[in-house]
Amino acid sequence: MAVLLQVSKLHAAYGPTRVLHGIDFALEEGSITALLGANGAGKTTTLRALCAMVQTSGEIRFDGARIDGRATEDIVRLGIAHVPDGRGTFVNLSTEENLRLGAYVRKDRQAVEQDFERVYAYFPRLKERRHQQAGTLSGGEQQMLAVSRALMLRPRLMLLDEPSFGLAPLIVREIFEIMRAINQSEKVSILLVEQNAAMALDLADRAYLIETGRVVLSGTSDEIKQDEAVRRSYLGY
Amino acid sequence: MDALLHQVLAGLATGGIYASVALALVMIYQATHHLNFAQGELAMFCTYLAWSLINAGFGYWPAFLLTVGLAFVLGVVIERVVVRPVENSPVLAVVVVFIGLLVILKSVTGWIYSYTIKTFPSPFPPAPLFGNKYMSSHEIGAIGITLVVLVLLYSFFRFTPLGLAMRAAAQNPASAKLVGIRVGWMLALGWGLAAAIGAVAGMMVAPIVFLDPNMMAGVLLYAFAAALVGGVDSPGGAVFGGFLVGVLENVLGAFVIGNELKLAVALVLIIGVLVVKPTGFFGTVHVTRV
Repeated sequence: MAVLLQVSKLHAAYGPTRVLHGIDFALEEGSITALLGANGAGKTTTLRALCAMVQTSGEIRFDGARIDGRATEDIVRLGIAHVPDGRGTFVNLSTEENLRLGAYVRKDRQAVEQDFERVYAYFPRLKERRHQQAGTLSGGEQQMLAVSRALMLRPRLMLLDEPSFGLAPLIVREIFEIMRAINQSEKVSILLVEQNAAMALDLADRAYLIETGRVVLSGTSDEIKQDEAVRRSYLGY
Repeated sequence: MDALLHQVLAGLATGGIYASVALALVMIYQATHHLNFAQGELAMFCTYLAWSLINAGFGYWPAFLLTVGLAFVLGVVIERVVVRPVENSPVLAVVVVFIGLLVILKSVTGWIYSYTIKTFPSPFPPAPLFGNKYMSSHEIGAIGITLVVLVLLYSFFRFTPLGLAMRAAAQNPASAKLVGIRVGWMLALGWGLAAAIGAVAGMMVAPIVFLDPNMMAGVLLYAFAAALVGGVDSPGGAVFGGFLVGVLENVLGAFVIGNELKLAVALVLIIGVLVVKPTGFFGTVHVTRV
């Protein structure tokens, strides 16, 4: 399969504080790839770097073309949807308006209208709450909304930042199952950042382990699961 | 009783103008959390542009529309050229820029047009509408125009994709960028709209207070009071505050404190609101977790 996203020697910093020290990884088209690591390892920063939300150096190629140095708003237009840390809900707007914003850059108005039904089919709860102010949704519903908003872009690549954060295990399972369905039926590639390594490895095809801004281990999910150190430190058995 | 009614209605008419300027202030405040002290002077300058156009032979309404368009462009240009560079500066730097703008606009207007007071035409007939004895047709017309502006703005923000994008950009700029909204341009657009609304207010108030470079000083003060009374982040509140301040100013000025102390009403309101209820009637309370 073709490589959709290729990252080489990626450095990133918040002002004087350097967070990433030369990260290399690749994501194959149609795959789910996970970035694992402890708190503060640089997973979220990696996603932010891909969308030009932090200062970076190094090379990022999407579908063969370099995207590092381009503005966040232009990167979205290439079909990269970012479900950010903290979900990025527009809390004072309605659920439906949040979804409409997800399709902001699309020109095919009619298809957008149909896509509302498509995401409501994945998350019927959002349809019930479509006129409700998004800030009043529960944490799980806001996570569903964040994923749906990204889907409204009809993205080629989705960047998912800790979708399990702060949610009940049942809701996490529901969301992960829908992620798998989206990946399989819509051919959306997914780059997943997770602290919950066990769940992430069940979903992902490949994984990279990040420690203090560097990739220390990479392989297919099965290989990573077998790794002695990962088992002890991240899977807990 | 008749006199009171007359004052209340006249207050509503000027209140509509305060409401428009307050709305312009709130629009910029919502998007950038800055109070634009140059809002009134911008409106005044645009009213002079309208005066030039009318004197150059344009009819009132063509001149009116052209002025609104020019004001919009002027607002966008000011945001891009003057405000943008200080976007992330400390708030005092921004305030200084706004005050600089105020002084420059006022002096440039005085330099071009001189400080002598000019009359500005009203588009409405001199005889009172419907034979009523309470309001001049300009007062009724000004209220009507204010309401039209409000409905247009509301529809724009509520029903158009661009309006939605502007609301999103004001609320959560980081997320707005992630869905592809060009947040910088949304701010410029907000400035343009605010300048256009201000221009309408200027053209409506000029027949009442006459055209001179200082004409908006009082109006801006009342508009600040209106925005604060309504809640500085609430467009609906700004409109409500505008009408309330207009009526209070007129009634108190006529019956209680006299015309000389009218401006003090605005100051008392500003200080009163800040001390007693800083969020105004409709503002949101901001809670920050520590």
